[in-house]
Amino acid sequence: MVNIGIADLNVVKSPDVLATYALGSCIGICLYDAEAKIAGLAHIMLPWSKESGAAADNNMRRYADTGITELIQKMCDMGAKKYRLTAKIAGGAQMFSTNSAVFNIGERNIEAVKKVLGTYNIPIIAEETGLNFGRTVFFYSEDGIMEVRAATRPTKRV
Amino acid sequence: MSLKNMDQLNAMHFDVLREIGNIGQGNAASSLSQMLSQTIDISVPTVKLLDFNESVEYLGGPENVVLGMLVGLKGDINGMMLYVLQKSFANSMLKAVFGKEINDLTELDEMDLSFIREIGNILAGSYVNAISSLTGLTIDISVPTISIDMAGAILAVPAVEFAQIGNSVLFIDDSFIFGGSSSDNSEVKSNMILVPELSSLETLFSRLGIEV
Repeated sequence: MVNIGIADLNVVKSPDVLATYALGSCIGICLYDAEAKIAGLAHIMLPWSKESGAAADNNMRRYADTGITELIQKMCDMGAKKYRLTAKIAGGAQMFSTNSAVFNIGERNIEAVKKVLGTYNIPIIAEETGLNFGRTVFFYSEDGIMEVRAATRPTKRV
Repeated sequence: MSLKNMDQLNAMHFDVLREIGNIGQGNAASSLSQMLSQTIDISVPTVKLLDFNESVEYLGGPENVVLGMLVGLKGDINGMMLYVLQKSFANSMLKAVFGKEINDLTELDEMDLSFIREIGNILAGSYVNAISSLTGLTIDISVPTISIDMAGAILAVPAVEFAQIGNSVLFIDDSFIFGGSSSDNSEVKSNMILVPELSSLETLFSRLGIEV
């Protein structure tokens, strides 16, 4: 089991399993090449690297755009083909109900992830996003299944 | 010099935050002891800076279910306070008032939650009043909103904020001792994460004559 922390990413080959814990407004992006059986997972926390205005920020894995780009690159380095990749995504919840824009970060993350995947022509074949609860994700490189666990809801396998 | 991120805070800044915490905690304890008709003692609050991963471990691990209570700050100081309360904290409060205990935070009903929200109001109000009385700054607090979920997911809320202001999480933890100093007392802690705008933090310190 390879554990991915917040604002981090990694790539494995079958039969390894990727895991990331307690996604709130963050998003777990699971990319899969079914033929090569190569799986990648990125745990992003903010939408766009340009928006952050922090040139000094050296962790580009924090952002949807730069994180996904690096993940694709790493998978291709391992032998995956970009045109074969499919995506499953989870997270982007709103943990506290307020009207403030800051707290819509989950929604903005979802939007950014979809846009970025769109520019790479990677289809999203499963999605467990939004609402108001945290999610833990396990991603199996053997079959590309994404397992989503929550504190008070039944586990889903998609 | 101005604050660029939280990592620049030094020992003197911590002392100030701890002293504010001390006053706030004292006020909170007397309000709570009235509300719960119990003797409540306090010990010195702890103030610490942790990075994200340390913070998650400190709160019991990413999937540990906690009660998060978010309070917005507006006025001369802008930002937010996030209380992260464990089951033991909720149980001490519930036992005192309703004579009940829960096995799991997800069992809390509407009545319990509005009661806990009131306690959040007291904790947050006490801290903010301590700042105001020391500095003369005006700060409004919002009604607390509650989320009961995995600690990692709740901690990501301030994380998104502090991503802009450095990687450190500022904890100001209160410690309440129920039942006075008798032998069967029980100590419960509340973890509070303070996420001020950096300019607000500068305002606070400069009001107290401390260089940032």
